[in-house]
Amino acid sequence: MKKILSMLSVACVSASLTFSLAGCGGSASGENGEVIVYNWGEYLDPETLEIFEEETGIKVIYDEFETNEIMYPKVEAGAAEYDVICPSDYMIQKLIDNDLLAELNFDNIPNAKTNIGSQYWEQSKEFDPENKYSVPYCWGTVGILYNKTMVDEPVDSWSILWNEKYADNILMQDSVRDAFMVGLKLNGYSMNSTDAAELETAKNSLIEQKPLVQAYVVDQVRDKMIGNEAAIGVIYSGEAIYTRRENPDLEYVIPKEGTNVWIDSWVITKNAPNKENAEKFINFMCRPEIALMNFEFITYSTPNDAAREMIEEDDIRNSPIAFPDLSQYSNLETFRYLGGDADQLYNDLWKEVKSK
Amino acid sequence: MNPGKKRRTIKTTAQKIYIGLIFLFLYAPILTLIMLSFNASRTRAKWDGFSLKWYAALFDNREIMQALWNTLLIAFVSSLAAVIIGTAACIAVNRMGRKKRAVIMGITNIPMLDADIVTGISLMLLFISFGFKFGLGTILLSHITFCIPYVMLCVMPRIRQVDASVYEAAMDLGASPLLAFFKVVFPDILPGVLSGYLMAFTMSLDDFIITHFTKGAGVDTLSTKIYTEVKKGIKPEMYALSTIIFVTVLLLLLLVNRTPKQRTPRSAGQP
Amino acid sequence: MKDNHQLKTNKLTGQLLSAPYLLWAVIFILVPLGMVFYYGLTDKTGAFTVDNVVAIMSAEHAKALWLSIGLSLVSTLICFLLAYPLAMILANMNVNQHSFVVLIFILPMWMNFLLRTLAWQTLLEKTGVINNILQFFHLPALNIINTPAAIILGMVYNFLPFMVLPIYNSLVKIDPNVVNAARDLGANGIQTFFKIIFPLTIPGVISGITMVFVPALTTFVISKLLGGSKILLIGNVIEEEFTQAGNWHLGSGLSIVLMIFIIFNMIISAIFDKNGEGSML
Repeated sequence: MKKILSMLSVACVSASLTFSLAGCGGSASGENGEVIVYNWGEYLDPETLEIFEEETGIKVIYDEFETNEIMYPKVEAGAAEYDVICPSDYMIQKLIDNDLLAELNFDNIPNAKTNIGSQYWEQSKEFDPENKYSVPYCWGTVGILYNKTMVDEPVDSWSILWNEKYADNILMQDSVRDAFMVGLKLNGYSMNSTDAAELETAKNSLIEQKPLVQAYVVDQVRDKMIGNEAAIGVIYSGEAIYTRRENPDLEYVIPKEGTNVWIDSWVITKNAPNKENAEKFINFMCRPEIALMNFEFITYSTPNDAAREMIEEDDIRNSPIAFPDLSQYSNLETFRYLGGDADQLYNDLWKEVKSK
Repeated sequence: MNPGKKRRTIKTTAQKIYIGLIFLFLYAPILTLIMLSFNASRTRAKWDGFSLKWYAALFDNREIMQALWNTLLIAFVSSLAAVIIGTAACIAVNRMGRKKRAVIMGITNIPMLDADIVTGISLMLLFISFGFKFGLGTILLSHITFCIPYVMLCVMPRIRQVDASVYEAAMDLGASPLLAFFKVVFPDILPGVLSGYLMAFTMSLDDFIITHFTKGAGVDTLSTKIYTEVKKGIKPEMYALSTIIFVTVLLLLLLVNRTPKQRTPRSAGQP
Repeated sequence: MKDNHQLKTNKLTGQLLSAPYLLWAVIFILVPLGMVFYYGLTDKTGAFTVDNVVAIMSAEHAKALWLSIGLSLVSTLICFLLAYPLAMILANMNVNQHSFVVLIFILPMWMNFLLRTLAWQTLLEKTGVINNILQFFHLPALNIINTPAAIILGMVYNFLPFMVLPIYNSLVKIDPNVVNAARDLGANGIQTFFKIIFPLTIPGVISGITMVFVPALTTFVISKLLGGSKILLIGNVIEEEFTQAGNWHLGSGLSIVLMIFIIFNMIISAIFDKNGEGSML
């Protein structure tokens, strides 16, 4: 016993030391300071960070979050100081409402106005009325991904998710707003509803659906649909491009009842310790070739028109999934922040669904 | 073959099958992960043939290497700190009266018996309330906190076995308390200290929940990195890394077991 | 005089040695627990309330708690039934293998806990490894992923070592002479087991039960990964209050309820295991 333990301890120590030598280069801050970025998981090409660091001498400290709801308390608590964050539409509104964001100085971000398409600035006004706080980074829709070999009827409505034929073959989103979006849209309501009766109906729909659901997942829809684990899944359009590349049997549709058109944008926190570097970072991300690199890595639609022009494959540049013509669809909406009380109501109802 | 012998053979065969099944159960997921590290496809849902590319990619992956380094650093430092604080505490506690000892051991057991989630949350609340900046430091403090009980668990029985009169004899012969400790007591409790260290190291390495609640921006351990990746699909480099770690430890273990065994006297049992 | 002096230095070194730990324990164990109580017993305005604790009675929370208790009891029982015979077999094997046995059970922990649990997903899925094997032999498919059964499996898998090791340790500590004496006095195998061996291993069993039951009761990861997020356990409720709903007061209040169970467990193990005999190593 003694011998094994001492051997193992020696191994632990020597392993730690080896890596301490290898790792110490990484922990020093760059010559021009640092910038702390808080982004969604796997939401940019890591190579772009290296280019940024080399070019500017600014060290990027990069952290990832899984949902807007996980991100918010961390930023609010201020315990972990971030410079740049990439929240979604309604969360940006909540951050603005709670005075947690800094106004951007667009003189330091010239690439933003030149490269980002005007319709995206227009759409951003839903949550950032004067375009003062945010620069669009990715956008897309939420729709249904289905496997042609497993689904017989044409898919054009959320109601397919309530079809008992596909019991145990349906993947739903595991986040409050996304799940309720489906429930509300199915019943013809706005996905920004705060009406108790409407939400009650949506909740009952979701409870009714639960026995048919195989699992509530976030981005795992991707792997499960590629692996033929399920027939139908609710998915973000950005993931749809990737999954269809891996499994050609998959098809993506935007349901006729309408859906969520979302934007994730770069914002800078009010107490950002490195605001100038943060603006440099956003400006860098708006560069066409960088935006293109990120698009190709994460396959989420870019609002960067200049980058879109540079896409070589015709079918991607004009893909109805990546760049749908939104005027063809009705009832499209963007999430809005609904206030603390409504948040509470949504959470309580969602808990009821999950515990059934 | 006489019936008694036959029955015994059946019995040992049954025992072997039973152990085999349990080990299959314990190691099946690990085999799966090792298999996945050789999968040419990026997604775990498809098998695209054998490939070593993730092993090559692993060493170019800055984020994973950084997370690995953080994990080892945290495990190394926190288990070392826990061993020092814990061993000192054991010596002191051992000299205390019954009641005092019971109270202190009760408190000590809290992080071990308490749910990880409560420990993690309580530490997070502490750090927020007192304005700690979340980062490597908060993770270290938390890991030391939950490692100490494991160290004390391993060291305490050894300390109790140490004959106090030997220590006093050494002092009577002119040794300073410190010298007496390192010459007389320490060699006796060393196995306990080492197993405490190993236990603490392993626990720190494997912890996810407490780190999840106490980590700050840009500081990821392998666990928290994996948790972020769970949502997106695990990067195959991660399987490759786990395989390397696992195989290294396994080889070390086999190596040690192959060398001629020293006759360790069976531990004397309880005093 | 000399004795007195030595006693004094002894006392002094004792205090010096225990001081860092005591300070540590107060700052990082007791104060944080106090914080949980503070948050749990106040509302957003800071006023005293028991609402967050009483909230456990609401339909969703109570259901999650009962489900957690049920699943962890079943897992603990299965762990015990699997572990006891295993520990006996291992204990009867070569004594020199002692450390090897311990390490074989700790070894899987060097492969990350999340990855190990996730690997079960790959094994159990509808199109997973096990079902492919079953299909190859034309056997019916195993459909337990995203059900309570899968969660129990995950719990048993993750916590089995915590049951095996203490039982194994208390078994190897039994003096063979005691067993032989019982045999000599005419006890048969079964009698020896129930009258001698089993009572002597009770500290190990109790310690094993505690080590399995508590983490199983409070897990949120296993239910998330193997239960498809369809099954809400009390750990999931608490985790989501903190990380998603942002209601720390409710999360803390529910943690207090969990703590009651944990304290209950600690008292039981303190009664049965006075000397720390059921230790893992």
